[in-house]
Amino acid sequence: MQTIGDLLTAHPFFEGVDERLVRELERCSRNVHYRLGEYLFHEGESADRLLVIRRGRVALDVHVPGRGEVVVSTVDAGEVVGWSWFVPPYTWFFDARAVTEVSAVSVDATCLRDRCDADPVLGYTLMQRIAQVMYRRLQAARLRMLDVYEADHGG
Amino acid sequence: MVADVTAGPETGTGATPAGDPLLPRPFRVVAVRRDTHDTVTMELAAVDGGDLPFAPGQFTMLQAFGVGEVPISISGDPARPGALTHTVRDVGGVTRALCAVTPGDVLGVRGPFGRGWGVADGTGGDVVVVAGGIGLAPLRPAVVAVLADRDTFGRVSLLYGARSPSEVLFGGELERWAAGHGVDVEVTVDQADPTWGGRVGVVTELVPGARFDPQRTLALVCGPEVMMRYVADALTTRGIPPHRVRLSVERNMRCGVGLCGHCQLREHLVCVDGPVFALDRVRRQLAVREL
Repeated sequence: MQTIGDLLTAHPFFEGVDERLVRELERCSRNVHYRLGEYLFHEGESADRLLVIRRGRVALDVHVPGRGEVVVSTVDAGEVVGWSWFVPPYTWFFDARAVTEVSAVSVDATCLRDRCDADPVLGYTLMQRIAQVMYRRLQAARLRMLDVYEADHGG
Repeated sequence: MVADVTAGPETGTGATPAGDPLLPRPFRVVAVRRDTHDTVTMELAAVDGGDLPFAPGQFTMLQAFGVGEVPISISGDPARPGALTHTVRDVGGVTRALCAVTPGDVLGVRGPFGRGWGVADGTGGDVVVVAGGIGLAPLRPAVVAVLADRDTFGRVSLLYGARSPSEVLFGGELERWAAGHGVDVEVTVDQADPTWGGRVGVVTELVPGARFDPQRTLALVCGPEVMMRYVADALTTRGIPPHRVRLSVERNMRCGVGLCGHCQLREHLVCVDGPVFALDRVRRQLAVREL
């Protein structure tokens, strides 16, 4: 049977990270499952965890009056949800909803921050990983702003 | 064994127009299907009853008589040279006229022109196809050709980005390719609606998760040029050598035979040297403004 540590070390987010460092997070973590349509968290709530998605798809959405729930992005297995847990005031910026059955490892944010403070190597390594996620999503958001599929020439 | 493709894409077999390449050949519209609010797929047959053999990735100059002529990639099955299929998006005067055709109308066709995807170069390895928007149309013949010879290829992935769910092209066919031919099909949209349960985001985000062996992969990319630049970066970051990443470059093709120079891209004439280029041949040019 796989331990939480096994699940974390096998996850693409931690690929290439010293296994000893990853296993330091084991005591902060637990396995969680969400049903189709279930909310992982809501906008404005305390961002109290990092969710390491093992299976399924999560939609990040926001309620827009008159338009309902608008999905701004999706996160699939192999990725992580949330960086609000490490940026004050530690509150979620969007809703997160399971659009399939979702299995994840939930890493407690307070425990995670404490461990990062106590072990700068772990902290720096994790910050690098999170920065990569943020960088990719920022670039993707900028590309979407270009609306590249809109017809921009005549013929 | 993976085919050596250092020489760049092939010129498609049997894909040179017969007769005067500047003279349009009349084709009758046989069938028309509306794909999206602004995109139409039409099937044409030569009025003279002849075939129009083509290689996947080639284009024709399609003429609405009395309106004008535009380059349109062929989106049909290369194994059916008697049926010329084009998918046209209404983006201007000529394409608006083309999108308004009905069965029985006659259009002028010159071509086929240009160099195709060179699908056979992917034999023995994996194939990853990355399309954005209407860019799926020029790639459709390549996918059809790969699937016609499915056993000679490894893993086949199709990564497709569209603006919204209602603008996803060939939806039913995408499902058949996934279910019946073992293609890893991933579709993402920039803007979702409540009916959409798939991915939301740009197509570049699909590249890191796609399964292929970079050193044995042929990548075919078509879409808006800015999208292709970033997709090419993502593919080479995954380790695919630039000469095995191929892009279909769109420029202002007019004559189709390298005479007029309208489609010049530095040392290349896109209508004869392209439209499909290996990344290492055009990467520098794609980064130059106003070129």
